[in-house]
Amino acid sequence: MLNKFLGIPELASEHGEMIDHMLEVVHWFMAVLFVGWTLFFLYVLFRFQWRKNPKASHEGITSHFSTHLEVGVVIVEVVLLLGFAFPLWANRVDSFPTGPDVAKVRAVGEQFRWTFHYTGPDGKFGRVDPDLISLDNLVGLDREDPNAKDDFLTINKLTLPVHRKAIVQVTSKDVIHGLAPVKLRIQQDAIPGMEIPMWFTPNKITDGDIICAQLCGIGHAQMYASFEIIDGAEYDKWVVQQSPVKEEAPPLASAGQ
Amino acid sequence: MSSSTSTTLPDSSEEAHAEDHHALPFWRQYIFSSDHKIIGIQYGFTALVFLAIGFFLMMVMRWSIAYPTSEIPLVGKMLGERWAPNGVISPDLYNMFGAMHGTIMVFLGIVPLAFGAFGNFVTPLQIGAPDMAFPRLNMASYWFYFLGGVVMFGSFFLESGAAKVGWTNYSPLATTTDTEFASIFWTGQTLWLLGMVFLISSSLLGAVNFITTIINLRARGMTWMRLPFFVWAMLVTGFLLLLAFPPLEVAAIMQLMDRLAGTSFFLPTGLYAGGERLDISGGGSPLLYQHLFWFLGHPEVYVLILPAIATVAEVIPNNTRKPLWGYKSMVYAVMVLGFLSFIVWAHHMYLTGMGTAVSTFFQTTTVLISIPSVILVTSLLISLWGGSIRFTVPMLFATAFLPMFGFGGLTGLPLAFNLIDLHLHDTYYVIGHFHYVVAPGTIFGLFAGIYYWFPKMTGRFMNNFLGHLHFWPSLICMNGIFLPMMIQGMAGFHRRAFDGGQTYEATTERFLWMNELTSWSAWLLAVAQIPFIFNLFWSIRFGRKANSDNPWDATTLEWSTPTPPPHGNFPTEPVIYRNPYEYSQPGAAKDFTPQWIPDEEIEKAAPEKAKAKAKS
Repeated sequence: MLNKFLGIPELASEHGEMIDHMLEVVHWFMAVLFVGWTLFFLYVLFRFQWRKNPKASHEGITSHFSTHLEVGVVIVEVVLLLGFAFPLWANRVDSFPTGPDVAKVRAVGEQFRWTFHYTGPDGKFGRVDPDLISLDNLVGLDREDPNAKDDFLTINKLTLPVHRKAIVQVTSKDVIHGLAPVKLRIQQDAIPGMEIPMWFTPNKITDGDIICAQLCGIGHAQMYASFEIIDGAEYDKWVVQQSPVKEEAPPLASAGQ
Repeated sequence: MSSSTSTTLPDSSEEAHAEDHHALPFWRQYIFSSDHKIIGIQYGFTALVFLAIGFFLMMVMRWSIAYPTSEIPLVGKMLGERWAPNGVISPDLYNMFGAMHGTIMVFLGIVPLAFGAFGNFVTPLQIGAPDMAFPRLNMASYWFYFLGGVVMFGSFFLESGAAKVGWTNYSPLATTTDTEFASIFWTGQTLWLLGMVFLISSSLLGAVNFITTIINLRARGMTWMRLPFFVWAMLVTGFLLLLAFPPLEVAAIMQLMDRLAGTSFFLPTGLYAGGERLDISGGGSPLLYQHLFWFLGHPEVYVLILPAIATVAEVIPNNTRKPLWGYKSMVYAVMVLGFLSFIVWAHHMYLTGMGTAVSTFFQTTTVLISIPSVILVTSLLISLWGGSIRFTVPMLFATAFLPMFGFGGLTGLPLAFNLIDLHLHDTYYVIGHFHYVVAPGTIFGLFAGIYYWFPKMTGRFMNNFLGHLHFWPSLICMNGIFLPMMIQGMAGFHRRAFDGGQTYEATTERFLWMNELTSWSAWLLAVAQIPFIFNLFWSIRFGRKANSDNPWDATTLEWSTPTPPPHGNFPTEPVIYRNPYEYSQPGAAKDFTPQWIPDEEIEKAAPEKAKAKAKS
């Protein structure tokens, strides 16, 4: 309810439900504290203005209410940490999904576009080498590598299947960018020299913006990309269509269904 | 510790101090002065000028955000065709102003005003010292700062313009930007680093000086637990600057080498720039720069906040006429805060690919640091209870500080969690959060300080009506600026976009209208500062005269000096008899018992005790 009041955008991923839930809980906690403090504050300002209370008290408050309050704050924070933050983050970074069903994409940022590198039907990325990067080969894919044969690229458009786990490995060729598909409640800095994976499960057929989250130069604000979540079978068909090796039968793509 | 102070006093008669004034030529007394009070005022004025410049940059940016395709009125043509074709702000100019807004506000505006100006002017007076421990170092600190400011400001006029990759100046962007110019040295990105080296050196000189002064130059009787809270905060701030800034100085020099000497400290192998492979050795790490930057960056946040909290902690007891509640716990809290601020830095880097262990550590420390922060704010809030509150102008700013700073602190809570940052990282929520802390938080605290100490600096009060005219519109406009940012951030508006998010229409359309609300609030906030600026200068000559050296009926030592305090500060060596905030002491006739009045003299003034004696 509070989230809605605060204008949170549509949600389209499984783990995002926990994020939104935690946002809601934290904001209720903040609201209670802030409203409580403010009411106390206004009451005190009214009651103890010099006209009403010409002589100040040397001791002031003698109760231990504030200590209780501080302990209360600590307890809530511990619950937030132990109950939400630690386990959920561990779930993000320690338990990457595996298996043929997982959709894998590399997201390569550069000034000022995103190139998405798909494994193709074989589920394996071909070797990439920065030395091979050229205008015809945006990610430096080694076409000699057997795994690279069916790999394909899209520019500024990320397509993923609904209800299937997806891993996006985020990197950059030049400066730091940030991949932020807002509705999927996930973000990852794209750092040159590093390839950092993130995973999530889209749970809705939808589409949305991918915002560049880190200042990357003059075109930062207009580094527009978008994502599209489509039906699983449709996605498999699409992958085969996109793949440069059309004659080979796709053994793995439908195997996971 | 007090015997050493008496030897540094040149002579303890008032005439001798008066002679000192005549002995110094104008340029020694007011320009290259080594007197902490003059240096404080120099810091103050320079910092206020830079705050105004930083504010101007922001107003231009706010035009770009609200009306990205329209010509900006008044200044459009003055910005030049290169930066604002047909008066429309270019993304490049927006980025430049954005980077310099942050840099100027933090390093040239608020820290110099809080630490340089108030710290310099007030600290020696409050501890009963004749000056800072190293007056010449103090002077050098100001002039390094001034030089850093000139370099930063001058870089606007270079062909390349000033730095434009954010106040954080992340590599590799900072290294590969502006390399197309004939001389890489004379570009904004290079001069930013050079300017930072000057500014950091200035801060280090200041920090050493503050720490030494506070430890060694306290007057007789000024024990640790009799120090005004302001001095404690300055001591902790001094340690933060001393220990946190050197890593950034190193980072600045390493980045400078990456730019000028072809090293690759922060540049990885296989790096491209503008579509071309860079001819560098590589092997460096962009994240190393971020670690070094935020190792300063986070303690720096507390450098921005602590002096303001401390100023409020001076103003509140004075205007509630009662002691600061929980003084001791506040002292311990500020020390814990200072320590913890060194081990939370990586929460600025949650999305750089952090594993469970590291993320657990930094989330824990980040949440831990909220405890001393809550103690500080709660103590200030509870200090109001039982008071007899006078709503003077400094008190208005100090009271407004509490909920505003509280709001800023609370909105930091969600951001402390790695998981939530998957949604809120680099959004306007973050901008709203830290601006609440620094703008209606810190800056209001500093305004309180200006109105509060002005009578000591000049012998005159600032005008009350103009003060109200400054306060109320400022309070409303501040919220008009930053409250919408929280909503926009929740909706997914990301920062540093010259068009305010128009490109990502599907995400931003619901709240795009708020850009205009925010921008208009910002411009009105500028109008609200006019009464302040006028008041500041007008009151120096025409303000109501302060009727005594202690016009607020305060208890701390700075109010015992002649007004304005002469060279050497104290006509006779002060002795301290009691705690800093002895207001409304039971049995005392007056509602304030200054630190420097001996017990005997107090008892004479106490009617109950006199009666009791008469009875016996």
